[in-house]
Amino acid sequence: MTRRSETLLALAGAVLVVALAYAVPWLRFVLTIALAKGLAVLGILLLLRAGQVSFGHALYLALAAYTVAFGALVLPEALLLVPLAAILAGLLGLLIGLFVVRYREIFFGMLNLALSMVFYSVLEKFYALTHGADGIRLPPVTFLGRPLAGEAGEWTVLGLALVLALACGALVRVALASPLGEALAGIKTRETRLDFMGVSPKRVLLAAYVASAVMAGFAGAIIALTTRHVTPALSYWTTSGELVFIAILGGAGSVIGPFLGAAAYELTRVYAAATFANAWQLVLGLVLLGVIVFAPGGLWGMIASRRRAA
Amino acid sequence: MPWLSENGILVGLALLDGLSYAAAVFMVAVGLNLVFGVLRVLNVAHGSLYAIGGYAAASLGLFAASLGAPPWLGLPILLAASVLVGVVLGPVIERLLLRRMQDREPVLQLLVTFALFMILEDLQKLVWGVQPVVFDAPLKWLGTVDVPFGQDVIPFTAYQLYVLPGVALATLAILAYVLRYTLTGRMVVAVTVDREAARAMGIDAAKVTMLTFTVGAALAALGGALAAPTVSLVPGVGASTIVLSFAVVATAGLGQIEGAALAALLIGLGRSFAVYVAPEFEVVVPYAIMVAVLLFRPQGLFGVAETRRI
Repeated sequence: MTRRSETLLALAGAVLVVALAYAVPWLRFVLTIALAKGLAVLGILLLLRAGQVSFGHALYLALAAYTVAFGALVLPEALLLVPLAAILAGLLGLLIGLFVVRYREIFFGMLNLALSMVFYSVLEKFYALTHGADGIRLPPVTFLGRPLAGEAGEWTVLGLALVLALACGALVRVALASPLGEALAGIKTRETRLDFMGVSPKRVLLAAYVASAVMAGFAGAIIALTTRHVTPALSYWTTSGELVFIAILGGAGSVIGPFLGAAAYELTRVYAAATFANAWQLVLGLVLLGVIVFAPGGLWGMIASRRRAA
Repeated sequence: MPWLSENGILVGLALLDGLSYAAAVFMVAVGLNLVFGVLRVLNVAHGSLYAIGGYAAASLGLFAASLGAPPWLGLPILLAASVLVGVVLGPVIERLLLRRMQDREPVLQLLVTFALFMILEDLQKLVWGVQPVVFDAPLKWLGTVDVPFGQDVIPFTAYQLYVLPGVALATLAILAYVLRYTLTGRMVVAVTVDREAARAMGIDAAKVTMLTFTVGAALAALGGALAAPTVSLVPGVGASTIVLSFAVVATAGLGQIEGAALAALLIGLGRSFAVYVAPEFEVVVPYAIMVAVLLFRPQGLFGVAETRRI
């Protein structure tokens, strides 16, 4: 797929999101969450390119969401809170990244999982500060000085999510086509060769890791602004699993995949939860199995192969 | 040590609690480790098998009690229920799901078990509901034992003192014996070390895989069944068990049986001391131990570092 057609497709997708959110008001919430999760999955995609799965990126999601929730007490401006949350997530990503990039595959996945579980229990146990499993409600937030509330507020957050999605998507697209992206793929196939060429696999993976933490941070901030309520469940390992799930569902072949996957995931979830209140997880599990067994390239892979055939 | 005499009972309780907890964790972790060794898949659904084992044992026990079965029957019922769960679910999961995924990317294999986890979690809720299930007949029947500790005496349940560690030790001994001295066990080891070479020597790898997975599933179910009398079963118990056994397996080193016992002991004791000394950190301690171990031994306590292939 050429860069131009991908750009056109992304823009068409953005228009479609706005049109859907306008035509079906309750979809605004779902689409904003989907865009946010798509952003986090974009980061997972970078790591997947290197063959590494993180079962702990919910950590950065939750850190950013709590940053927004606590930060709003002092500094209730969304345009400052969102970057602040992403920067903090990136800094923690750098700190943890320095440690985890020494590991590969299952150890990499599990160390990430372990650290996010540590964060989860800190959030849950320090009741005085975080209100434990009840979570905290977001204080009122402004956008350019105007209160971010009501229908206009929802549109603003959706717009913010769209802009971030398009910007990060474009950046990741460029990064994957650059030597960095090639080196990431090299980690998956033959890491030692990278060493011989004088490229440090650890440094390459660290760069991708920090970028993925920042994107998960954006996602967490958007989620906090949308749900207006943050709970420790954001950092539970099943949330991380969900992100990897979406990555596979959407397909790892293009930066559009994560957003396609996230939209499909959120819609399936809403629909399944409404239809089978007690078994939505079961439905999602079956969908995931179906995708892995019958469509290994994910939703994007299905579209791309059809286009190739045509 | 003045602190010790002051807190003698606490230390004693923490030690005893830690031992019985470590025993239950070992049962699950060793099954996970065995399955990983042969299938090279980290089975996320292993935690669901633990939960289902617990629920099945509790249901069967309560059913037997309602028919007027004598209380001593509780123990054999726990055992029978877990064997039943392992023998029914193990081969089905292996044959229908994991075998098809054998040649796929490791990420996808992992995700298949994640999907299975989601499905089993909801099935569990549909079958056993969301109310806690309690079956403590074996615990009550065996009564308590007065354990001397220094000048103090600690009353402790005989079930947690003898049955849990006893079964864990027996499992360890049987597994070690079978893997070392029997033909079947040696075939399992051969497939673990080098699947292709083992097949070339005429070993039916598919059969070994099926057998190992069934044994692993039964061990997970047995862990759940044994823990059932000491805890109340609630949804989510599978998720927390699986992350804990991941921590044990990673600390031990992948594919290590005796290592899993030591790591379970380390993590079990660490956690139970945390319960008495700093309860806020109860959930954090296992992962802190794992991170600390992996910092110095990236391949785990007993793991063998893989040689780099060029």
